[in-house]
Amino acid sequence: MIAWWVAAAWAGTCTVFDGADAVYTPEGPRSGVTVVVADGRFAAVGQVAVERVGAEARWSGRTCGWVDARGRQLTPGLIEANGQIGLLELDLEPATHDDDGGGDPIRAALRVADSYDPDSVVVDIQRVAGVTAEVTHPSGGLVSGQAAFVQLWGDTQAEAVVAPSVAMDVQLRSSPSRAQDWSDLAALLDDAAFYRAQRPAYERGATRELSANRLDLEALIPVLERRVPLVVGVDRAPDIEALLRFQRQYGVRLVLRGGAEAWRWAAALATAQIPVIVDPTVVGPGSVDQIAGRADNAALLSAAGVPVVISTFGTHNARNLRQYAGNAWRAGLDHDAAVRAITQAPADAFGLSDRGRIAVGAVADLVLWNGDPLELSTWATAVWVGGAATPLVSRQTLLRDRYRTLPGTPAPPLSLPK
Amino acid sequence: MWTILLAVAWAADPEPWPFGEAEARGLLQVEPEPVVERPAFLLRNATVMTAAGTVFAPGYVWVVDGKIREVGAGAGPDADATQVIDAAGGFVTPGLIDTHSHLGVYPSPDLRAHADGNEATAPTTPGVWVEHSNWPQDPGFRRALAGGVTAMQLLPGSANLIGGRGVVIENVPTRGSRAMRFPGAPETVKMACGENPKRVYGDKGGPSTRMGNLRGQREAFLAAEQYLAKWQAYARDRAAHAERVARADKRDPAGDPPMPPDRDLDLETLAGVLTGRFLPQVHCYRADDMLSFLQLAEEFGFSVRSFHHALEAYKIRDVLTAHEVSVSTWADWWGFKIEAYDGIQENLALVEAAGGRAVVHSDSPIGIQRLNQEASKALAAGRAMGLEISDDRALRWLTANPAWTLGIDVLTGTIEVGKRGDLVVWDHHPFSVRASPRWVFVDGALRFDADRPDPGSDYLLGQEVGP
Repeated sequence: MIAWWVAAAWAGTCTVFDGADAVYTPEGPRSGVTVVVADGRFAAVGQVAVERVGAEARWSGRTCGWVDARGRQLTPGLIEANGQIGLLELDLEPATHDDDGGGDPIRAALRVADSYDPDSVVVDIQRVAGVTAEVTHPSGGLVSGQAAFVQLWGDTQAEAVVAPSVAMDVQLRSSPSRAQDWSDLAALLDDAAFYRAQRPAYERGATRELSANRLDLEALIPVLERRVPLVVGVDRAPDIEALLRFQRQYGVRLVLRGGAEAWRWAAALATAQIPVIVDPTVVGPGSVDQIAGRADNAALLSAAGVPVVISTFGTHNARNLRQYAGNAWRAGLDHDAAVRAITQAPADAFGLSDRGRIAVGAVADLVLWNGDPLELSTWATAVWVGGAATPLVSRQTLLRDRYRTLPGTPAPPLSLPK
Repeated sequence: MWTILLAVAWAADPEPWPFGEAEARGLLQVEPEPVVERPAFLLRNATVMTAAGTVFAPGYVWVVDGKIREVGAGAGPDADATQVIDAAGGFVTPGLIDTHSHLGVYPSPDLRAHADGNEATAPTTPGVWVEHSNWPQDPGFRRALAGGVTAMQLLPGSANLIGGRGVVIENVPTRGSRAMRFPGAPETVKMACGENPKRVYGDKGGPSTRMGNLRGQREAFLAAEQYLAKWQAYARDRAAHAERVARADKRDPAGDPPMPPDRDLDLETLAGVLTGRFLPQVHCYRADDMLSFLQLAEEFGFSVRSFHHALEAYKIRDVLTAHEVSVSTWADWWGFKIEAYDGIQENLALVEAAGGRAVVHSDSPIGIQRLNQEASKALAAGRAMGLEISDDRALRWLTANPAWTLGIDVLTGTIEVGKRGDLVVWDHHPFSVRASPRWVFVDGALRFDADRPDPGSDYLLGQEVGP
């Protein structure tokens, strides 16, 4: 994290964004709209009385910064719903991994927020490209642990971690048979419910043996109480069918991750209002679970009324979210729905109603683009997180600038000391 | 015609090549050449992006007998016996060419028994041919075709210091692998620097270090030099013997013919590199690793044709340009290992701006389906840093430059008269995220039509689920 930019300097300030070609609001893209950010949140969006005074603007009796957004499009900051930023720096270097708790397949008590690294260079590299937040997930086991909602700005875990526990991650295929996974999962939720009802007896040691330890069972209670969704990674249609059955039986909240064949269960997923996190570039069989994958999966799901979230399913190139959404657009998803699928939809799926939208009261994560945000010829010209303008500097921009002229390194010798 | 020219060019090579007959036997094709109809056609009312310096808007392309007869501005000729195809609003580009694919050798879906890309039983296996691993029923070929890819290089993986021969194929359905070969393309050889070989062999007898990598490669080329010299001596002896036979009589008999040396498939491949016939395709990430490998190439007197992945090419773009090495890389992959830590999105654009040959490769069954998007991202990164790069130059990253990398640039890679009718008609500008191929032609034959359902590979029959 590049620390020399002092975000705190923006606290208690306000900024007016004026004249944007388009502002992507929850009602869709709007033109002729002024956006005011005050004290880290959107304070006004629409026809706002603003008086321009030199390089500043008067709004509601306050003197605010003024940003000329003409020729720009404004979107909420993009949100990667399914990555491992801050948990994974180099895939082939285990010393840089914190995503997989290892050992027992049940790791419900594991919170990735506790190992989140806000200094990872991966953070800036995504943010300079307009990705302002991510749901960062554990991996491995059957119940991998708790995913965190992090903003890609801030020098400490306290600053960066917005919500430490927004979902409980489940990954099928931890046993040789999916049937065994469902059975293990059912036993686990039954035991968590039993534990919740029988805590005093449990503490006295007067209960039967349970399928997980105390901390894991404790961590599953928010799932039973529908305060936190289970995120279940499945692609194959029959697994989605089984998941729907499981959901009816246990009444838990769900987020479906993967869903290459989810279009086949679009109606049922819509009825249950289960958000589906899809990768629109999965076309055809990458694995035997994705044989019926289609380019228009997102479009079909959206048309059926399923909340669609688009993800890169990656960490280092979460910055390609726009391209992924663009591919869903190419395959028939509405442009506006595609933008929503990388902004508001992931925030909603993980219960953050004040992120991912340009709406009064929401946290001011926003990006200025020099063109259509889904087009590849477009880039971010300004990125604001929590109402603060953030520097468009990353390890990669520094490498670029160092090698703008050769030889880059080695640098010329130092001048002699005075 | 071009094939003959190529053959002539090779025959004029100063370095004698004693393996011609033997190689030809290894390349015999059993599968009958399919009869392909190539009706003449005229693409009209489209923006024609030639990748040769000109954009015709609107323009036309006239293809006869599979080859480009005419290209230009306006509506084109009124030719009898030529079907006119109205490409209104479309964009015509050369067929895309991927210099780095493992389709067929690591096919989709990912199945254990189909992992045929790395002969990871020894670090140096130049004698294997990726052609012999290629499964033509990989559904990925048709997915790539739907993305406008008309030719590609299939490569062995990077587990080995010298992984074996690659093969340049045209993206057409065949029953066997041999029939996919791109006619007139030279042989290619895959080699690798850096982390992969030492990781794979570190606990299997080595190499376990970068210095071990270089030793392994140098030893292989030393052996190949001796092998080549032995065979060249044999060729000279045989020619001398033939001369003696021609003027022999009873008083002065010709004597016994010389005995050929033993053949060694590994060393024969490397001899192809040493003589400049086979094009080295070298997997290498770091700038210093690439420089070490160039040093090795200088030592043994061959040229590296392309560094693949080459995430740090931008750091040595002057050297790569001077040595005429193309850079085959992704738009933005990085971070999967420490030798991929310094990748930047401006890499391709910086190589281009330095006068080098930039190539967008996929190395991925997903990426190969939208190579145009990858080029577009890399172009945007270059423009964002202030580099002035035309669409035509960036289009060459997908067409003319990979064609050069694979030694087929006289045959394809641009829309120019006499070249193969390898063409894509896009529904939007190819650098838009919305662009999809409407029609794809390979050697003048229509192979993909967005309005007609693709028959798919055998593997998908009875498996795929329709809407």
